[in-house]
Amino acid sequence: MRDGTRLGFILLLTPLVLWLTLLIFIPHVDMFLVSLRERVGVGQYDTSLANYHTFLTEPLYLWTFLRTAVMSVVATVITLLIAFPVSYYIAKIAKGRLQSTLFLMCLIPFYVSELVRTFGWMILLRETGIVSNLLQWAGLADQPVEMLYNDAAIMIGLVYTSMLFMVVPLVTTLESLDDAVIEAGYDLGGNAWSVTREIVIPHAAPGIVSGSIVVFMLSLGNYLTPTMLGGKDSLWFTELIYSQFIVRFNWELGAAFGFMLLFLSSIIVWGMLKLTGQTLEKTMG
Amino acid sequence: MTLDATPDLTCTDLTKRFGDVRAVDNVSFTVPAGSFFSILGPSGCGKTTIMRMIAGFLEPTSGDISIKGRSVLNVPPNKRPVNMVFQHLALFPMMNIAENIGYGLRRRGMGKSEITTKVGDALERIGLPDIGTRKVDELSGGQKQRVAIARCMVLEPDVLLLDEPLGALDLKLREHMKVELKALQAAFDTTFVYITHDQSEALVMSDQIAVMNQGVFEQVGTARDLYYRPDTAFVAGFVGEANRWRGAITRIQSGEIEMQTPEGLTLRGTMTGTAPAIGQQADMFLRPEAINLAADTDGLGGAQNVLSGVVTSLLFNGAASRIIVREAQTGADIEVTLPQSGAFASLSKGDGVHLGWQAAQANCFAAGEA
Repeated sequence: MRDGTRLGFILLLTPLVLWLTLLIFIPHVDMFLVSLRERVGVGQYDTSLANYHTFLTEPLYLWTFLRTAVMSVVATVITLLIAFPVSYYIAKIAKGRLQSTLFLMCLIPFYVSELVRTFGWMILLRETGIVSNLLQWAGLADQPVEMLYNDAAIMIGLVYTSMLFMVVPLVTTLESLDDAVIEAGYDLGGNAWSVTREIVIPHAAPGIVSGSIVVFMLSLGNYLTPTMLGGKDSLWFTELIYSQFIVRFNWELGAAFGFMLLFLSSIIVWGMLKLTGQTLEKTMG
Repeated sequence: MTLDATPDLTCTDLTKRFGDVRAVDNVSFTVPAGSFFSILGPSGCGKTTIMRMIAGFLEPTSGDISIKGRSVLNVPPNKRPVNMVFQHLALFPMMNIAENIGYGLRRRGMGKSEITTKVGDALERIGLPDIGTRKVDELSGGQKQRVAIARCMVLEPDVLLLDEPLGALDLKLREHMKVELKALQAAFDTTFVYITHDQSEALVMSDQIAVMNQGVFEQVGTARDLYYRPDTAFVAGFVGEANRWRGAITRIQSGEIEMQTPEGLTLRGTMTGTAPAIGQQADMFLRPEAINLAADTDGLGGAQNVLSGVVTSLLFNGAASRIIVREAQTGADIEVTLPQSGAFASLSKGDGVHLGWQAAQANCFAAGEA
C-alpha cells in the first residue's frame, strides 16, 4: 500500500519534473553559460563578465531597459485603473446572465491570435485607417493623421493585450467579497469612496497584486505589440534581445540581456511587493 | 426611557412589490423607544425585505418609515440613525477588532484619541476588553456576535436592526446568546428590531412580536398573547407546538363550538373570530401541555373533552418529554406533554391512558386560511 502511493506520487510528479528540468532549468543554465562567454577569436571563447559589462556601460541598452520598465509600469497602472471598475461591475453589480455575458465578452478577443488583434489596431490607427478617416469626415482634421509608431500607440496595444489578465484575478477576488460586508460599510456611515478604499481595495489586494505582476511581466516581455505598433524605433528591450540573437548573431550578448531582464524584472516585482506590503504567498494562495 | 410619546420607529402602510409579487403588503407598526421588537415568520415571508427597507437598502413601493417621528424615506443608508447586525455579521476581515468597532466613528470624522476611548468602552461593555488587536477570524462565534453589536452600538443608533444573527451559532451558544442579547439591549437601552424564523428566539427575548406570513402581519402582541391567544390559525400553528384537527361544526354556543372530524371524533373548543355557520369547516389547535393525563376517567375531573387511547411512543426530552397517544375510537395520533410530577414516570408503550381538556384551552378558527 505504501509502495503503491509512493509509485503514484512519483508518476504524478514525473511530468512536472521533466517539464521543469528539460524546458526551464537546462536551457536557462545553458543560456547562463553562454552569457558568460566572451569571444576572443574565431571559435575561441573565454569565460568572463564582459557581456554584462557591455550592458551596464552602454547607455543605450540601459536606457532601453529603463524605458521598457517605465512603460510597462505605466501600462500596468492604466490596465488596473480600467479593469478595476469593469471587474467590480462584473463581480458585484451585474447579475446572472448579464454577468456571464460580460465576462465572456472580455474573453472573446483572446480567441483571436495576438498578431491578428494587433493588426486590428493598425487598421484603426494608421494614416489611411478608420480613426483617421473619421476625424477627417467629422472635420476635426484636414489631412490624414498618422497615429501609429509612437508611444501612445504602444500603450494602447499593451493595455488592450493585458486587460484580460487583470480582469480575471480581480473578478475572482471581488466575487469572494460578501455583499453584506459592503452593505455594512455603508450602513455604518461610509460613502462610496471610503467603502472602496477601506473595504473593497484591501479585500481585492491579492487580486490586484497578482494581476499587476502578470500584466507587468507580459508587457515587459512583449515583443509583438511594441514592434508592430511602435515601429522600428520603439526601443523595446525584447527587440534588443531579438536583434542580438537573430540580426547580429551575438548569442553571448543576447543571453546576457535575457538574464538582465529576468534579474531586473524580478527586482522590480519584489520591490513592488515590499512597497505594497504584500507577499507572494498571500497573493498566490 | 422618557415619557415622550414619540416612538422610535413607525412604519405606515409599508408595501414592497417585486414585479407582481407583494413581498410586503400594507404593513403598519410602531416600536416604542427602548423596546425589543421581533418580526417572526417563515423564510420568504417578507421580514428581511422590511428590515432592508428600514436600513435603507431597499426603497419601499409605497408607505412611510419614520424614525423618532421623522421620515427617513429619502435618506441614504449611511445617513440613517439606524444600524444593522447582518445575518453573517459582516465584520470587516481586513481590519482588526478595534478598527472594526471604530470604523463608523472614523467615518464621522471623530478624533483618534476619542475613538480609542469609545472603542475601549464598547469592548468593556461587551465583556471582551483585551481583544482589540486581534483579527476577526481569531474570534469564536459568540465573540464575533458581540463585536458586531458593539460595532453598531458605538454609533448610538436610534434603532438597531438584527437580521437572524444567531442563525450561524450552535444550539448551546444560541441559547446563551438569547439571554445575553436581551441583557445587552437593556444595558445599551436602545430599541432593537430583531427578525427571525426561530420562534423560541422571538418568544424569549421580545417585548413585542409581530408574526408575519406572506407579506402581512398576522398578529402583533406579547409572547404570551401569541402563545395563548393566537388571532389566526397561522399564528396558532406557527408559534409553539399544537395538535391540529379539522372538522365540521356541529354546534355553536356562546363562543364555544363542537365539531366532528372526518374520523368521527367529537371535540369542543373556543372560537376565535366570528364563528361560521353550522356545517362549515373549522380548525382546532390544542397545545400538548394543555391536555390532562389520567389513568382512568375519574382522574380528569369532568373535562369537556374526554378521550382514551394507547401510548404508541415515548419521546423523552427531559422537561419537554412527550408521549404520542393513539386514540381508541378513530386511531388519530395525539401529542401530550408528560407531566413532570413523576406520576407517569413508569408509563410505557402500550399502556392505556385517558386524556381530557377544557374547551377554553383549544383554539378554533374558521378553516381555509392556513
